[in-house]
Amino acid sequence: MKAAVIVFPGSNCDRDVQVALRQSMGREPLMVWHKQGEFEQVDLIVLPGGFSYGDYLRSGAMAAHSPAMKEVVKRAKAGTPVLGICNGFQVLTEAGLLPGALMRNAKLKFVCRDVDLRVESSQSLFTARYEQGQRIRIPVAHHDGCYYADAQTLETLEERGQIAFRYTDEAGEVNADGNPNGSLANIAGVFNETKTVLGMMPHPERLADPRLGGSDGRTLFDGLVEALT
Amino acid sequence: MKALVHVTLKPGVLDPQGKAIEHALSALSVEGVEEVRQGKFIEIELAGSDEAAAQRSVEEMCRKLLANTVIENYSVEIVS
Repeated sequence: MKAAVIVFPGSNCDRDVQVALRQSMGREPLMVWHKQGEFEQVDLIVLPGGFSYGDYLRSGAMAAHSPAMKEVVKRAKAGTPVLGICNGFQVLTEAGLLPGALMRNAKLKFVCRDVDLRVESSQSLFTARYEQGQRIRIPVAHHDGCYYADAQTLETLEERGQIAFRYTDEAGEVNADGNPNGSLANIAGVFNETKTVLGMMPHPERLADPRLGGSDGRTLFDGLVEALT
Repeated sequence: MKALVHVTLKPGVLDPQGKAIEHALSALSVEGVEEVRQGKFIEIELAGSDEAAAQRSVEEMCRKLLANTVIENYSVEIVS
């Protein structure tokens, strides 16, 4: 399996994702600079976390129009799996590959801590190694993570099983206490219609090694390798 | 020519920053503030003199980049 990580000016989780992919794939992912409009064919593209283009205008807005992203949009539409983490999720919504938008956290604070999540769907390339309803714990670190979509979009997401993860409290309940940023319906991650694109605010690459305090995130990368090899 | 672009959050979209400004104003004991919504104002210097073409071109800029139409509305005013 081959993977590419797109690196924007201001990305800061690109190397963490590189390490997580290397660990699960057993080989180096391709690192692609945002100015590259062409790069090798790969089985998976990852948009890492960070502050691409300084979050100017809106988080992810500038990155969504970079030469590398134009190619990513083309490939995603042709079926290449794309994973966007944190800023990568923001870029995916700005590029129109995922519905909704990510707005300033409801309490206006930057939130950086481990959160509890419930896996809403295990029927995807990304989540196949998790159990439906499984509770996992991985960190978030963002200022603009409040997921918003209009009522009709939310209904469609629910109906088609496009919600990947929801924030929960420590007891596993989906409620306001467990919602770190005010996201609509506690949404932490969504799929596109074909479930080949996933955007999520939490960082699976940051807890992909027990030496760092947990490996719930590794399951996602291992599952991708299994599905795409 | 110049384009004056206002980008505002759609009605109903939560605006915590506007709320924070509202609270700060009330702490200044300014009277009569009912609600605050925050947006962006962007000024663009334009070449040429065809106002209708400029209007169309800036609206396209808004749809493509300046506004996120999932959550925001925009308005464009061309001034000479």
